[in-house]
Amino acid sequence: MHAYVIRRLLALIPTLFFASLIVFVSMRVIPGDVVDLMLAQNDIATGQDRERIEASLGLDKPLHIQYVQWIGGALVGDLGHSLWQNTPVTELILARLPITFELGLLALFVALTVAIPIGIYSALYQDTAGDYIARSFSLLMLAVPSFWLGTLVMVFPSVWWRWSPPLEFVPFFEDPVRNLAHMLVPAILLGLSLSAVTMRMTRTTMLEVLRQDYIRTARAKGLSEPMVVLRHALRNGLIPVVTLIGLQAPLLIGGAVILEQIFVVPGMGLLLLEAVSQRDYPVISGVFLIVGVGVLFINLAVDLSYGWLDPRVRRR
Amino acid sequence: MSGHLLSIEDLSVTFRSERGPVRAVHSVSLHVDEGETLAIVGESGSGKSVTALSILRLIGDAGRIDRGRILFDGRDLLTLDKAGIRSIRGDRISMIFQEPMSSLNPVLTVGKQVAEPIRLHRGKSWAQAMEDAAELLERVAIPDARERLGDYPHQFSGGMRQRVMIAMALACQPRLIIADEPTTALDVTVQAQILHLLKELTRELRSALILITHDLGVVARYADRVAVMYAGRVVETAPARALYARPSHPYTLGLMASIPGLDAPAGTRLPTIRGQPPDLANLPEGCPFVPRCPHARAICSSAVPPLEPVGPDHLRACYGFE
Ligand SMILES: Nc1ncnc2c1ncn2[C@@H]1O[C@H](COP(=O)(O)OP(=O)(O)OP(=O)(O)O)[C@@H](O)[C@H]1O
Ligand SMILES: [Mg+2]
Repeated sequence: MHAYVIRRLLALIPTLFFASLIVFVSMRVIPGDVVDLMLAQNDIATGQDRERIEASLGLDKPLHIQYVQWIGGALVGDLGHSLWQNTPVTELILARLPITFELGLLALFVALTVAIPIGIYSALYQDTAGDYIARSFSLLMLAVPSFWLGTLVMVFPSVWWRWSPPLEFVPFFEDPVRNLAHMLVPAILLGLSLSAVTMRMTRTTMLEVLRQDYIRTARAKGLSEPMVVLRHALRNGLIPVVTLIGLQAPLLIGGAVILEQIFVVPGMGLLLLEAVSQRDYPVISGVFLIVGVGVLFINLAVDLSYGWLDPRVRRR
Repeated sequence: MSGHLLSIEDLSVTFRSERGPVRAVHSVSLHVDEGETLAIVGESGSGKSVTALSILRLIGDAGRIDRGRILFDGRDLLTLDKAGIRSIRGDRISMIFQEPMSSLNPVLTVGKQVAEPIRLHRGKSWAQAMEDAAELLERVAIPDARERLGDYPHQFSGGMRQRVMIAMALACQPRLIIADEPTTALDVTVQAQILHLLKELTRELRSALILITHDLGVVARYADRVAVMYAGRVVETAPARALYARPSHPYTLGLMASIPGLDAPAGTRLPTIRGQPPDLANLPEGCPFVPRCPHARAICSSAVPPLEPVGPDHLRACYGFE
């Protein structure tokens, strides 16, 4: 088991290498330049200033040298400094990471508590009114982008009831209640969009599992229907659902970036948006690198959870 | 009260299908006495499994029991409420299925699966039920039974899994065990061991056994009585000896002729029953065996022949032939 985890971790290295390369290069290809932006803020700048700024930021060196310096630093936890504030990128990210992590975790919790029970219900009562309602709802959730829903939630309650979701961020450990009150709406929206596919998957796999011979065996033992479903069907049905959740991790993070913007949650998403608008390369690359690592680790966790769910893969 | 442990009376079962309703079981009447082994034989699709599954009402959503009664201990299993039938399943009547590969849950330990009915019906704690499960696995001759309680089905061979299924079926000492082709999926060498074990253990428990099989050789060795099914009907039923001594339905004769006899001279071609198995959605008028029957007469196509006695406890559904 330990050997397996170590092997999996080593296998992440080439993936991360390529991901970092792509991130680094694509940053420099997008139009706009940090130095232009800096100069624009300062009317009296001259051509000489430009070279001076580039040199001071290390942007005058060839791209591959810059990359090697950056990745070398990244390996020891140094992601460089923000071009604007001169704060270490690692510090910036570490301040924001727990917030996005909290949002993601809450969203995942919402998604699972919505999707799995409804998916099971839909499978058990296939083709009934309840099943149709659940499936239509999930289609709707698939079709409606969460930024649009987020905007609706911001606008309509304030028009109708003069109420709008709280937008003031309070750190969790300062005041958990107010923190959750703020995070809950974006977490629900993000969770619902994730729940759509998860619900459909749960329904499909449960329908498949409920047809299996071992379910008939369980019924032949005299087990009640809830016992058959919970003890015999669910764990088998969840195996593909867990894979799906792993695959949706990047979607979850992408959604978080957008919803953080709408609901003013100062997480990685907001950090990224600020950084992009300022062309703050080290921050952008750092955020992407950390997100990449996050996605890879989520998928590693998914793979490891198979061992717990499915004894057949445990002894490989 | 009939005095039988189980009696099926006039059972009819229909399935919904794309080609319209399929009557898989038609007016079947059967009975099993305490401690007796009844074999049900017939070609694929003749309704053996559906009859067996109907006893515990496990035919699934696509099927409907249209008619009949299934009396067990004087109670009609078909009119019991859900809790009532559940208290019978796995406790008084248990089932062993054909596919040992897929009939065990891949994500639960074997010990837990064997212990489950004990915990459910006997109200024992998991620890006590596991203790019983270990003993049961020993009785079905699984080597190192106690150590293997925590293993999963994929760690067992087909034969061993079927032993686990048997242990599970015996867990609550049922009065009746229904084994639906318990050895069809297994190696020939393993088949005999499993059937022997099953017979032995049911004898010890004095349980009755319904043994469903394709194999008339199996019937001869293990059954007390036999019911032959064709196209969803029982066409002949008799004590095993009587059936071998005097098979009376042309279909039974055909089946008998298709087992290679030990006394057949070398090179004799094995007779098989000519023609195709019937299409249940599109049965002919009258006796369903007519298209394949070497003795068919005009009367055979007029109406389905009723089951009538041809000897002591020996019935057949045929208008007769020379
Ligand atoms: N779930 C189902 N849905 C639709 N039709 C079914 C279903 N189960 C059984 N049938 C129909 O009932 C008929 C009898 O099936 P059954 O399984 O009882 O045959 P069998 O005698 O057990 O055959 P085998 O020897 O192959 O197991 C089949 O021909 C099939 O058309
Ligand atoms: Mg069958």
